[in-house]
Amino acid sequence: MNGRRTFLRGFLSFLLTGGAIGGILRISPSKAHAKETPPKGQKWYGFGVSVDKCIGCARCMEACKTENNVPREPFFYRTWVERYITRKNGGTTVKAIEPNQEPAPEAASDKSILRSFFVPKLCNQCANPPCVQVCPVGATFRTDDGVVLVNEKTCIGCRYCIQACPYGARYLHPVTRTADKCTFCYHRISKGLLPACVEVCPTQTRIFGDLNAAASPMSRFLRMNKIHVLKPALNTEPKVYYASLDGEVR
Amino acid sequence: MNPELLHTLKELLPQIQGYIYPNEIEIHWGLLIVVYPYITGIVAGAFILASLVKVFNVKEVQPLYRLSLLTALAYLLVAPVALVAHLGHPERFYEILLTPNTSSAMAMFGFVYAWYLMAVLLLEIWFVHRTDLIEWAEHETGAMRFIHRALALFSRDTGERAVAFDHKALKVITIVGIPSAFLLHGYVGFIFGSIKANPWWSSVLIPIVFLFSAIVSGVALVILLYMVITPLTGGKINMRCVDKAIDFLFYAVIVDFSLELVDFIHRVYQSEEEILILSEMVMSKLFASLLIIQVLLGMLLPLALISVTKIFKKRFHLSEDLRKMVYFISVILIQFGIFATRWNVVIGGQMFSKSFRGLTTYKVEFGGIEGLLFAILLLALPIVILAVLMKILPPWKEMREEGAAETVEVAGS
Repeated sequence: MNGRRTFLRGFLSFLLTGGAIGGILRISPSKAHAKETPPKGQKWYGFGVSVDKCIGCARCMEACKTENNVPREPFFYRTWVERYITRKNGGTTVKAIEPNQEPAPEAASDKSILRSFFVPKLCNQCANPPCVQVCPVGATFRTDDGVVLVNEKTCIGCRYCIQACPYGARYLHPVTRTADKCTFCYHRISKGLLPACVEVCPTQTRIFGDLNAAASPMSRFLRMNKIHVLKPALNTEPKVYYASLDGEVR
Repeated sequence: MNPELLHTLKELLPQIQGYIYPNEIEIHWGLLIVVYPYITGIVAGAFILASLVKVFNVKEVQPLYRLSLLTALAYLLVAPVALVAHLGHPERFYEILLTPNTSSAMAMFGFVYAWYLMAVLLLEIWFVHRTDLIEWAEHETGAMRFIHRALALFSRDTGERAVAFDHKALKVITIVGIPSAFLLHGYVGFIFGSIKANPWWSSVLIPIVFLFSAIVSGVALVILLYMVITPLTGGKINMRCVDKAIDFLFYAVIVDFSLELVDFIHRVYQSEEEILILSEMVMSKLFASLLIIQVLLGMLLPLALISVTKIFKKRFHLSEDLRKMVYFISVILIQFGIFATRWNVVIGGQMFSKSFRGLTTYKVEFGGIEGLLFAILLLALPIVILAVLMKILPPWKEMREEGAAETVEVAGS
């Protein structure tokens, strides 16, 4: 009787402490399971943006909406392009450009403009993605090749991931009622094609490729440019790399 | 496609100030998510009030004990309705219980909720009422007799040992219950506080602020209910009890206010990159709900009112009716204040762009799932549930009890 009681007591405390320790290990360093380095030979996709090359033609936005059935209304974007105008008096104004909009003022003729440039934005496919961390049902996940995807069959539409994304890259798809975002055109890249926005970019502002490949436009881009990522202080480890990024860009 | 949503968003377009990311126009967590922390806050607060009696032996508030337990239960039952209703796919909510992602704060909701409902609240209510249920059933007939028998789980033992066990169990449950109530609402705070992308939410203080505002709202609501229900059902308000409960409320409001003040000073002093857009938001979009309703009407005014009665109660023998009225006004103001607090956290956190360059706006619809009407229904539903609960588990005897308080007074003096 006594032996059984001791055994039960020991077994129960073993279960409790084991559960607690296991739970903490699983929860606390979210990186532990989100950020392991990919196995050798595994693709690890990244994206490059040459800020100086972008002319703000919005073809990438158009191509993305067509390729991925993104609603046409101006509230849902997997990728967009921002126009920055810094004036000589120091103020910076930002606007998201729209397809078929009227051309912006010429910096050359407007003498009050100090500098002006375009910045394409898209999901940063973070190596340490906050959206994956917070998804309550695991509908948002990171693939082995480093792309963050949403399973629209299990997403419950709680929008926690939209809140957790520091880059505003996610939206709730009004038809499926699930979270949606850039997938690097996963259906295309898994066939060896380029993402639609990269394909149509007339100035090769957008570069896509395997970060592990020794020789690729992507690795060349990383080798030839000074690189910055968006909001590095948040430790999300973005895999969209910007060349010649201005400090005004957030 | 939802044409109403598109219509609303189109209306919002011209109201955007500065630059926001194009996906940020829609406020994703609307009125329902304001209602949710408001309701769980009341649950936690009401339970803390109940535990004052059981754990800290504050005998004066005994008349509020059962009322606060039933209030906690009534509100707890409604809390998940708000959450499930706001989902894009409410029919998939069970996924959160079957395949929870352990790194997600939100995934823990089901477990924290179940623990609190099953292991704390229902158990405590059962042990409190067990002997009463048996006794009631003996003098009843028909359906009510069966209901009470069934609720007592057909136990019949009212012997000394059984009652002693009930008391012991209650003590343990309440002691476990206090950290659980803290967990329930601190956890709701953590859902917001752990979002590093959002500087309005991301703060270690948020769970603690949530906790104290929860205590404030729960205690205030139980006092309000007591002050309304008792005269309506022909009883007399026990002022010793209300005075004591108001005392606790007063201190809780002071702590809550200090915490929020610390948070505010900290933000302004640190003055990080988001400070400009946040102060712009507070001075424009949140001016009425934060500065006027939450701080001025919801905290400072009740604090002033209660302080005046506290100061002048002894010196000027303030009449009981006047005191009642001041308390009544204070607890109502506090309810509005706490609701505004929830609004400012939830809606405020989504009104500024994460580019820190602009503000969007939130327009509450009247109809629809995210609308005003549904929110009001959700806020009224717990009252209906409470009425039913009070029918089944009548707390009247205890609510009318004035003896306990007086004996303490005699013993004390």
